Amino acid sequence: MNTARKYLFFLFCMVAVNAPASIEVYEFETKEEEQRFQLLIAELRCPKCQNQNLADSNAEIAKDLKARVYKLINQGKSDTEIVDYLIERYGDFVSYRPPFKPSTWLLWFGPFALFFLVGIFLLWRTKRVEKSAGNLADLDRKKLQQVLSRYSNEKNTPQDK
Amino acid sequence: MAEKKTLIYLLPLLVFFALAGLLFSSLGNDPRLLPSAKIGKTLPDFTLPSLYGDETLTAESISGEVFLLNIWATWCPSCRVEHPVLNELAQEGVNIYGLNYKDDAKGALSYLNQLGNPYKIVIRDDSGDFGLDLGVYGAPETYIVDANNRIVYRHVGVVTKENWVSTLQPLYEAAREELSVKQVGQ
Repeated sequence: MNTARKYLFFLFCMVAVNAPASIEVYEFETKEEEQRFQLLIAELRCPKCQNQNLADSNAEIAKDLKARVYKLINQGKSDTEIVDYLIERYGDFVSYRPPFKPSTWLLWFGPFALFFLVGIFLLWRTKRVEKSAGNLADLDRKKLQQVLSRYSNEKNTPQDK
Repeated sequence: MAEKKTLIYLLPLLVFFALAGLLFSSLGNDPRLLPSAKIGKTLPDFTLPSLYGDETLTAESISGEVFLLNIWATWCPSCRVEHPVLNELAQEGVNIYGLNYKDDAKGALSYLNQLGNPYKIVIRDDSGDFGLDLGVYGAPETYIVDANNRIVYRHVGVVTKENWVSTLQPLYEAAREELSVKQVGQ
C-alpha cells in the first residue's frame, strides 16, 4: 500500500501548474462579449506582422491591441466604436474591411468595371466575327454561283478538243 | 483597316509596358511602412512622468516648439543604431524629445548615461498607452511635431544622416520657419 501511495504522490507531482500562464486569458462576463471579442480580433489586422490578424499574432503590438480591445469591450463600447477607435490611431490598415471612399473606389468598383469591359470586348468581338463570317458566306455564294454557272455553261456547250 | 490591326496587335505589348512600369515604380516600396493616421492631427493627450522622475509631462506642457518625438527603448536594437545620429543632431541644435516606450526606467537611464542623451525631454510610457494613442507600431519611430502640437510627419525606422537630410530636415525646417514667421507677426 505504501508503494501505491508513493506512486500516487509522484503521479500528482507531475501535474504541470504553470502551463496556462503563458497564454493570454481574457475573461468575459457574458458569452456574447467573448464572441464579439473573438470576432473583432479576427477582423482586425496586426500593424507589425502584416498578414496576420490580431488573434493570430504574437507581436508585442498585437498583444497591446488585444488588451485594448478587451478593455473597450468592458467599457461597453460597440463594435463599430472599437474599430473606429483603432482606425483613428492606426489608419484603415488595421481593418480587414476596407472603407468606402474615393481612394478605395478602384478596389470596390475595379472588379465590376473589369467584368463589364471584358464583357463589352467579347460582345464586340463575337459581333465582328459573325459579320465577317456573313461576308465570307456571301463571297462563297458568289463564287459558288460562278463555278456553277460555268459548269452549266460547259455542260451546255461542250468544247471539243 | 491595316492600321487598326497593327494597333490591336500592339495592345498586349502596351499593356505589358504599362504593367511593367507600374510594378517597377513600386519596386523600392517597403510594404511595412504604414502611413500614419495621425498626420495633420494634434498630439494625443497624455499625462506621464518624465524619465528623470522630477515632473509630470502633458501634451500641453511640451507644446510651443517644433520638435522631433523619437520613440525608443532599450530592447530595440535599431534604436542603438540611430542613437549616434540623434546625438549628432542634438549637437547641431535640433530639438529632440524622447518617448521611452514600454521600457523600464532604470535600464533606460543607464542606456542614456552610456550612449549620451540627445533628448531635451524624455517621456516615460511604461504601459505603451500613449504609444497606442499615437499609433506607434514599433520602435524606433520619429515624429515631427510643430509648435501647435500638430503632427507633421512620421518616420518609421532608423533615422540616418541620409534620410534626415533628404526628408526629415526640410519638414523640420519648414515647421520652424512657420513658427518664426508667426512670432514675427505677433
